[in-house]
Amino acid sequence: MSSIATGTQGGSRISRLFAQLRADGRRGLIAYITAGDPCPDRTPALVAALEHGGADLIELGVPFSDPIADGPVIQRASERALRAGTTLPSVLGIAARIRAQSNIPLLLFTYLNPVMRYGLEALARDAVRHGIDGCLLTDLSVEEADAYVPVMRKQNLDTVFLAAPTSTPRRLELVSRYSSGFVYLVSRMGVTGERSSLSEAVEPLVRAMRAATDLPLAVGFGISTPDQAAQIGRLADAVVVGSAFVRTIEQNMDRPALEAQLEAQARALKDGLRKGAA
Amino acid sequence: MIVSQPDQKGHYGPYGGRFVPEVLMSPLEELEKAYEEARHDQAFLAELDDLLANYAGRPTPLYHARRLSETLGGAKLYLKREDLLHTGAHKINNALGQALLARRMGKKRIIAETGAGQHGVATATVCALFGLDCVVYMGTEDMRRQQLNVFRMRLLGAKVVGVDAGSRTLKDAISEAMRDWVTNVSTTHYLLGSALGAHPYPLMVRDFQTVIGRETHRQVLECEGRLPDVIFACVGGGSNAIGMFHPFLQDSRVRLIGVEAGGRGEALGEHAARFSGGRPGVLHGCLSYLLQNDDGQVALTHSVSAGLDYASVGPEHAHLRDKGRAEYVRASDQEAIDAAQVLSRMEGIIPALESAHAVAEAIACAPEAAGQIFIINLSGRGDKDTDIYREHIPELNRDADEDR
Repeated sequence: MSSIATGTQGGSRISRLFAQLRADGRRGLIAYITAGDPCPDRTPALVAALEHGGADLIELGVPFSDPIADGPVIQRASERALRAGTTLPSVLGIAARIRAQSNIPLLLFTYLNPVMRYGLEALARDAVRHGIDGCLLTDLSVEEADAYVPVMRKQNLDTVFLAAPTSTPRRLELVSRYSSGFVYLVSRMGVTGERSSLSEAVEPLVRAMRAATDLPLAVGFGISTPDQAAQIGRLADAVVVGSAFVRTIEQNMDRPALEAQLEAQARALKDGLRKGAA
Repeated sequence: MIVSQPDQKGHYGPYGGRFVPEVLMSPLEELEKAYEEARHDQAFLAELDDLLANYAGRPTPLYHARRLSETLGGAKLYLKREDLLHTGAHKINNALGQALLARRMGKKRIIAETGAGQHGVATATVCALFGLDCVVYMGTEDMRRQQLNVFRMRLLGAKVVGVDAGSRTLKDAISEAMRDWVTNVSTTHYLLGSALGAHPYPLMVRDFQTVIGRETHRQVLECEGRLPDVIFACVGGGSNAIGMFHPFLQDSRVRLIGVEAGGRGEALGEHAARFSGGRPGVLHGCLSYLLQNDDGQVALTHSVSAGLDYASVGPEHAHLRDKGRAEYVRASDQEAIDAAQVLSRMEGIIPALESAHAVAEAIACAPEAAGQIFIINLSGRGDKDTDIYREHIPELNRDADEDR
């Protein structure tokens, strides 16, 4: 049922990434950071550091005033970014600056309301123009996505949707049908944030989703350590790490070593993934 | 004729729907199914009716405010006395219904948000009644404004969790309750207190509150032999208003007026008048009118009344407004406080600050409406607001010579 084949020829930057990972027998590291945290000017260098450390795809979070799916770490990052004047247009500007120096796939990660205010068609058009490869709208259920998906696809933007431990087989089927690029599996019930152990819900969810789709699967929520990444790497095509990077930014934003630290953190996670695959 | 029932996906016209992270979609489907079964189960409805009558104190009177009517010299004013209910406001109607539903679904833990504290108190009350664990999220600014209700909730055995994010008011309390629900949905029912949020909440809360309008419909026919000309209700999320309005929707000659918080000014951030200052947007699971800035960030709001201090409004109100079936106006902080004083002195009834907004609009319209019947939904009593009234009516704090 999935709309975009995962061949190496053509396709989006995101599907080419996953095809390459599969061909190489590698697992991907997806890094989330809140764009504009601590200020818009610094985000491109932070993304570059993550890429140097081995991140394969960047989720650029658009800060929102009421992030209901996020835990305290990303809530605080959103507040910092908003205080620094970050808006959806400025996030697109950040994307363009990243794209000018890198070919890394960029996924816009946002709540729906800023997108509605910007205008769906305008966003799709401008996102492509600024080097974005796809979008994930946290609070847009597939039930409400009938207008959204065609507008994005028309601009060759991937539409990534979430699947969760609570998703029924019928819902996994819907998520598969509306998604392109990859499917983002939420590893546990709850909001974003680091956890000491992996949820037992991951393995059954990966298995159920595999049965519903050929799309690559990324697992996120609560994953922060190389060991956890290694465990996820044995199951899924990619692991998403967000709050752990955002916390590093929060704790080191005034230190010149921040970029080097982010790079080292990404590298350690990537090493974990490599060991998990071995 | 206005048909105001949601479609299969919970839409009222373009509004409503289910805009939540995927984690909550299946739980909302389960809740919808459980509610559909319950609302057709005679035993469930009979138990709810019994509790509404013998625990909450229904039916509430439809009271003719004679002195107020005569003084204003125009419309004949009636008050629907939801303020006389157990716990002091209409919120208990919905809290009882949802608590019964939660018990039926096997959920042992209840979470809720509260602004003014009325819904929190109602939720804490029903949890005590049914022996359910209760956690109430409340913005720290609202906790400061409503200390008495915070204590009442604790006295009833609830845990009150202060939310120190954003504007520290109702909006932030709902966000935090949703985060709790996302985490604990298998054991926990989110007892949402207003007719907003993701489907089926706007439908379910409205249905549990329509007892207000059904009683009023019957009572006004009994005492006047005809339907009223105008009905007034305050609108925060809008549960008392939709519960009052809904049974009158088919009676197209009855004007329905919702009163929003005009706060202290016209600028964004100074009020909570979503229909005059907002535009459609998504917050907390539904599409409705939303106060927001040019970047789609949710705006801060202001109202002297914590229960109206919210950036969005129930989606069915948005639909009724677009269809022209209900009208929405605003009353300022000062107008509400003035109206509360008038009602207190004329009728011996101290209204909640929220309800005082509806009273203010009715008082403003009444002198020009001779021969008409007005009904004001007096959704709550003012005990909880005594400190705020004291703050805003300084002349009553000075001891006059004759009091010494």
